[in-house]
Amino acid sequence: MDISNLIDLLYLVSIIVFIIGLKGLSHPETARKGNRVAALGMGMAIVISLFAPETSGSNNYPWIIGAMLIGGGIGFVSSKKVAMTKMPEMVSLFNGLGGACAMLIGIAEFGNLPQGTDMMSGAVLTNIFAMFVGAVSLTGSLVAYGKLNGSLRDNFTLPAPQIINLVSLVGIIALSVMIMTQPELNMALVYALLGLSLFYGIAFVTPIGGGDMPVVISLLNSVTGIGATGAGLIYGNNIMIIGGILVGASGVILTVMMCEAMNRSLVNVLIGNLGASGGGSGSGREEIVKEVNIADLAIQLKYADKVAIVPGYGLAVAQAQHICHEIEAALESEGVEVRYAIHPVAGRMPGHMNVLLAESDVDYDKLLELEPANSSFPSTDVVLVIGANDVVNPSAKDDSASPIYGMPILDVETAKNVVVFKRGMSTGYAGVQNPLFFGDKTKMLFGDAKASLGKLKDEIANA
Amino acid sequence: MEQILAFLDDNTLAMLSLLVLSSFLGMEIIGKVPTVLHTPLMSGANAISGVVVIGAIILIRRAEATDYLTLVLGFIGIALAMINVVGGFAVTNRMLDMFKKKERK
Repeated sequence: MDISNLIDLLYLVSIIVFIIGLKGLSHPETARKGNRVAALGMGMAIVISLFAPETSGSNNYPWIIGAMLIGGGIGFVSSKKVAMTKMPEMVSLFNGLGGACAMLIGIAEFGNLPQGTDMMSGAVLTNIFAMFVGAVSLTGSLVAYGKLNGSLRDNFTLPAPQIINLVSLVGIIALSVMIMTQPELNMALVYALLGLSLFYGIAFVTPIGGGDMPVVISLLNSVTGIGATGAGLIYGNNIMIIGGILVGASGVILTVMMCEAMNRSLVNVLIGNLGASGGGSGSGREEIVKEVNIADLAIQLKYADKVAIVPGYGLAVAQAQHICHEIEAALESEGVEVRYAIHPVAGRMPGHMNVLLAESDVDYDKLLELEPANSSFPSTDVVLVIGANDVVNPSAKDDSASPIYGMPILDVETAKNVVVFKRGMSTGYAGVQNPLFFGDKTKMLFGDAKASLGKLKDEIANA
Repeated sequence: MEQILAFLDDNTLAMLSLLVLSSFLGMEIIGKVPTVLHTPLMSGANAISGVVVIGAIILIRRAEATDYLTLVLGFIGIALAMINVVGGFAVTNRMLDMFKKKERK
């Protein structure tokens, strides 16, 4: 057996390990193992690529090892330090770095084309492809990162984004054709293409509202996978091609599934009308909200049979889930049944809230998904809505003018009493007013969620 | 047309088959994922896209020891992709650890 066949065989084994890992990641019981198996596959593939024989070049191992230690170290430390609430931002940032790598490979390989290479060749096309896709993923992910952590505001947009996007895309295709029809390599055109691709990533993500960012991140993740495939085509390396395309294809599916969870189409998300058309709906007339005081609420809770908590991102950011968990424990000891009703898109990403609650030791069995939660509300005495706005907004059901119309929501108004914890009367992430606040059974508890919950906990202990 | 056909040599066709088959495989694998797992899955898939690091390794290995431009580009490429790989898997692991059944006190 010749050595290059052996290498290909070893790569094949690592591909199989990858696939098993990814498969495991898609089921709750096997997810942890799946992640480790996928990491093992990656480790194997990297080791193989380090030792596979190369016919030319001088290996330059010190450079490789140095870069791996630095990158690996930064990755490891930042993954330990990042707060659970910051996960979506982190994923987006990591993703952009992967894209950057594909882009750099594309640029470097342009420089390495041998003298007299036919520009109209697969080699040039794959270079262009890896560079373009990588660049879009890099800047797009950075914009998504900025929007999620608040350093870029939602109203940071370009004028007429659809036209700019279209023109950039046409420009990118034109430049690619120009590069390929030149008699020899024209680096000026390559840099122009690079610049335009970087710009396109920005132009593509900026018009999209912050609430849709998770969908965009998932899509960009898919794009990075395709970039890795492009780089794999440059080297005819099967594991990069297959690994990249697995991520690309699964990313598209995941993106579509996330859109379905919000009952929105992908096109709708990409054109970016949520976020942009904020505050339009909502009634003009003065409406009255009722406030509740904490002592009354404490007593009401103690004498309730069933209480449901609807947590939102506001709760997690304030790190109030720990106090929430203590209140839950205090009420349980009084014989009150406490459950959490989790909307699929609560938090910043689908499933993000489950992660955040699990972090503060909330029992997994107490988390209700959308449908069981909705069927339990009519028999629930008190629902506490904490820092969640859009996911309990009845406009999604009855106001076709509302930007969130059609999104499945938690029907908290079917419960006997609703208490909304809120800082003020501001609108939520989607920027729409919530008629729930003016409902007959609704009372408001204004103030910082963490402080309010702290006081509530004391009152429950005293009452 | 001839140029296009010249593009499609045996090797390219084999790669195209690979692309098509892996796309279907990717879709099949994900199938129906519960919402709870969307975030960890996205993060895990993200780590896998760091497989691009292999390209940067090959790039550096094939470079001459004096080709500093390629070495520097490759060095940055490896470092960035390794952040993606190590950080991605570690972060996914942290998220999934949250779902571990807690010991009853």
